[in-house]
Amino acid sequence: MSETWIAILVAAGVSLLVRALPLTLIRRPIRNRFLRSFLYYVPYATLAVMTFPAMIDASEHPAAGIAALAAGTVAAWFGAGLFPVAVITCTAEYLVGLL
Amino acid sequence: MKIRNRDETRRLILKGLRDGLPIGLGYFAVAFSLGITARGAGVSPLEGWVASILNHASAGEYALYALIGAHAAVWEIATVIFVTNMRYLLMSAALSQKMPPEAGFLKRLGTGFCITDEIFGLAVAWPGPVNCAYLWSAFILADLMWAGGTLCGILAGNILPARVVTALSVAIYGMFLAIIIPPTRKNRVLAGLVAAAFACSFAANRLIPSLSEGTRTVILTVGLAAVAAVLFPVKDNDPPAEGERKEETA
Repeated sequence: MSETWIAILVAAGVSLLVRALPLTLIRRPIRNRFLRSFLYYVPYATLAVMTFPAMIDASEHPAAGIAALAAGTVAAWFGAGLFPVAVITCTAEYLVGLL
Repeated sequence: MKIRNRDETRRLILKGLRDGLPIGLGYFAVAFSLGITARGAGVSPLEGWVASILNHASAGEYALYALIGAHAAVWEIATVIFVTNMRYLLMSAALSQKMPPEAGFLKRLGTGFCITDEIFGLAVAWPGPVNCAYLWSAFILADLMWAGGTLCGILAGNILPARVVTALSVAIYGMFLAIIIPPTRKNRVLAGLVAAAFACSFAANRLIPSLSEGTRTVILTVGLAAVAAVLFPVKDNDPPAEGERKEETA
């Protein structure tokens, strides 16, 4: 087997372990109030950290990124779903990116 | 026990595909540029497609192709993949609290395999326990588009205009916003948490640029969620899914 295939399979194995271990090992509801609160807040913290400033840096220039962030936030605030918000952010980035 | 008829399952699968499609479109764009990186590392189209189906993680795969290009040792690859994907440990732990109590090993393993930032987001936004028909179908579509994007990126580096690729790559963040913003309307703690996370992430990114994105995500997630948990512990009727609470009171 080539070096590349070994690398790909090792990476696949490690990422499956990381993804599946807690899910398969933690079988009971966690009663500890701190842990329950911690896990409740994790998704919001993670997704927010990954959004900003990565969104700005992924854009054509900072103004385009900020426009996309603002447009997406407003749309989401008023209850637009995943797809509409995605389309709105892309459009904002594209239009302001042309400037 | 819930008995779902075929129509109900079909409805859930269709809903999964509908929510998976925009994720997949964003993935396609990101994976396309990932494919260009893979091509540079000498990865073949088939290798890239399989790697993307199995790994489906942007930061992890960028690292993987860089390591393949550098002929890195196997232990190095394992370590780097572990670190870049460490946030999935947290997501997996969070989802363990959202699984229906009767879910067995295979359902848990399969759901674990599905975890990506966006699919996790769908699971969080879903009211009640994780629904495998919904979540897995969203994942399968998104993963195929992810792998398809990688494949196309390797095969044909620069067909799409760069401006379009850039605009599409922002789609992912739009979806994150659609998940985290709506609950902040009703919950001030979440609003504060999101604002603090933006501020800390920006500060860490600009002040410590050597910190990789994966590591920054893990450190800030743990820190911010811990602080929020100490200052604003959730009430018993706040989080996880209904299925668990029933068991808890039993």
